[in-house]
Amino acid sequence: MIDLQIIQDNLPAFLDGARVTILLLLASAVAGLSLSLPLAVARVSANPFLSRPVFLFTYVLRGTPLLVQLFMVYFGLAQFDMVRDSSLWPLLREPWFCAWIAFTLNTAAYTTEMLAGALRATPAGEVEAARSLGLTGFDIYTRILIPGAVRRALPQYGNELVMLMHATSIASAVTLVEITRVARDVHANSLLAVEAFGTAALFYLALTLCITGLFRLLERRLLRHLARPAGAS
Amino acid sequence: MPMLIEYLPILLDGLLTTLSVSLVSLAIASLFGLAGALAKLSTGRGLQAVAGAYTTLIRSIPDLVLMLALFYGGQALVNDIGLRLGWDYIDIDPFLAGSLTLGFIYGAYLTETFRGAFMAIPKGQAEAGLAYGMSGVQVLWHITLPQMIRHAIPGFANNWLVMVKASALVSIIGLDDMVHRASLATAATAQPFTFYAAVAVLYLVVTTVSILALGQLEKRVSLGVRKAVL
Repeated sequence: MIDLQIIQDNLPAFLDGARVTILLLLASAVAGLSLSLPLAVARVSANPFLSRPVFLFTYVLRGTPLLVQLFMVYFGLAQFDMVRDSSLWPLLREPWFCAWIAFTLNTAAYTTEMLAGALRATPAGEVEAARSLGLTGFDIYTRILIPGAVRRALPQYGNELVMLMHATSIASAVTLVEITRVARDVHANSLLAVEAFGTAALFYLALTLCITGLFRLLERRLLRHLARPAGAS
Repeated sequence: MPMLIEYLPILLDGLLTTLSVSLVSLAIASLFGLAGALAKLSTGRGLQAVAGAYTTLIRSIPDLVLMLALFYGGQALVNDIGLRLGWDYIDIDPFLAGSLTLGFIYGAYLTETFRGAFMAIPKGQAEAGLAYGMSGVQVLWHITLPQMIRHAIPGFANNWLVMVKASALVSIIGLDDMVHRASLATAATAQPFTFYAAVAVLYLVVTTVSILALGQLEKRVSLGVRKAVL
C-alpha cells in the first residue's frame, strides 16, 4: 500500500531539507527575538512617538499573510532600481536571505506583542518596590521588568516557535529546498502524495515535539517558583 | 500606479475568491470544531481518542503540508476509486478542495476554542436541564450551545483572522485568489512590489473590518453580562 522504498530512497534529501528548516528557524528566531525585546519596551512606553510606530509595525505584519510578505521581499524588491544597484543586491537576490528577512520581521512582530503583554502584566508592587530600593529606569527594566516578562511569556513563546517552524514551509514557494520543497519534488517525480507529504508531516511532527519538549524543560527550570509543590494536589 | 488602477478590478475580483474561500472554510471549520468539542467532552473513550488525535496531529503539522497532502492525496484517492468504478477522469475543484482542507485544519483549532467555551458554562445549568427531564440534545440546543457562543467569540475571532491569512496558501494549490491574481499581474507588468503591496493592503482592510465587526458582535452577545469593576 505505502511505498516504503521511495521514502527510503529520498530520506537523505528529507534530512537535508530538515537541516535547512532548522537553520531557517534558528536564524529567524534569534534575529526576531533580538529585535522584539527593544520593540516591546518601546511598545509599552508612555511616549506615543515610541509606542505608535511599533504598534503600526506589529499591526501591519500581523494583519497580512506571511506568504505575501515573503513575496514582497523576494519578488517585490527587485522592482526598484535603487535596490538592484545597491551593494546588498547579491544578498537580496538570494531566496534564503529574503526568507530570513521576511520570517524575522514576522516573528518579531508577534513576539513584540507577546512581550509587551507580559511587560504590562508586571504587578505594580514589583516596580514600586524597585523604586523604593532606589533603582532607576534602566535598572528597573533590566533587573525587574524584563526578567519577569520573559518568564511570563515563555509558554507563549514556545507556541510562537512552533508556529514559526511551521511557517518555514512557506519558504518552499521561493525555491528554498526545505522539508516541504523536498516533499513537493518527491511528489512531482513519483505522484505518491501519501508517501511524500506523510514523510514531511512526520518530520514536522518530530520537530514540533522537540520544541514543545524543550520548552517544557525550560519552563520547569525558569518557572519553578510557580510549580505546584510536590504532594499538593 | 496607473498599472495598479488598471488591474485593481482583477485584484478585487480575487478578493471575492479569498473571502468566499475563507467564509466557506469557516463554516466547515465550525462544524468540525463543534463535533470535535462535543467528542472531547463526551464520555465515550473512542470519541475522545479520535478527537484528541485530530487536534494534536493537525496542530503539529504546517497548514501548507496538510493542504498539499489533502489536495493531492484526495485527488489520487478520487482517481483510484474512479478507475475501479470506470468513471472518467475527475478533476477536483480547487475551490472545494481548498475550503475543505482549510475547514478541516481550522476545525482542530476551533475544537479547542469551543471546548473551552463549553467548559466555561457552570455545570449546574446542564444538570438543572437534565433534572427537568430534558434530553441531552435539548440541553445542548437550549442551554449550553447558546451560552457557549459568548465565551467562544474571542477565540473564534482569532481563528477567523488566522484563517483569512492562511487562505493565501490556496494560491499554491492553484486557486485563483488575490495572491494568484497579483502574481499574474506581476508577470504582465514587471511591478511585483506594487501588486503584492496592494494585496497586503487589501488583507489589512479585511482584518481591520473583521476586528471592528467582531468587537461589536462580542458587545452584542455580552449584553446583560455584568463585568467586575476593578
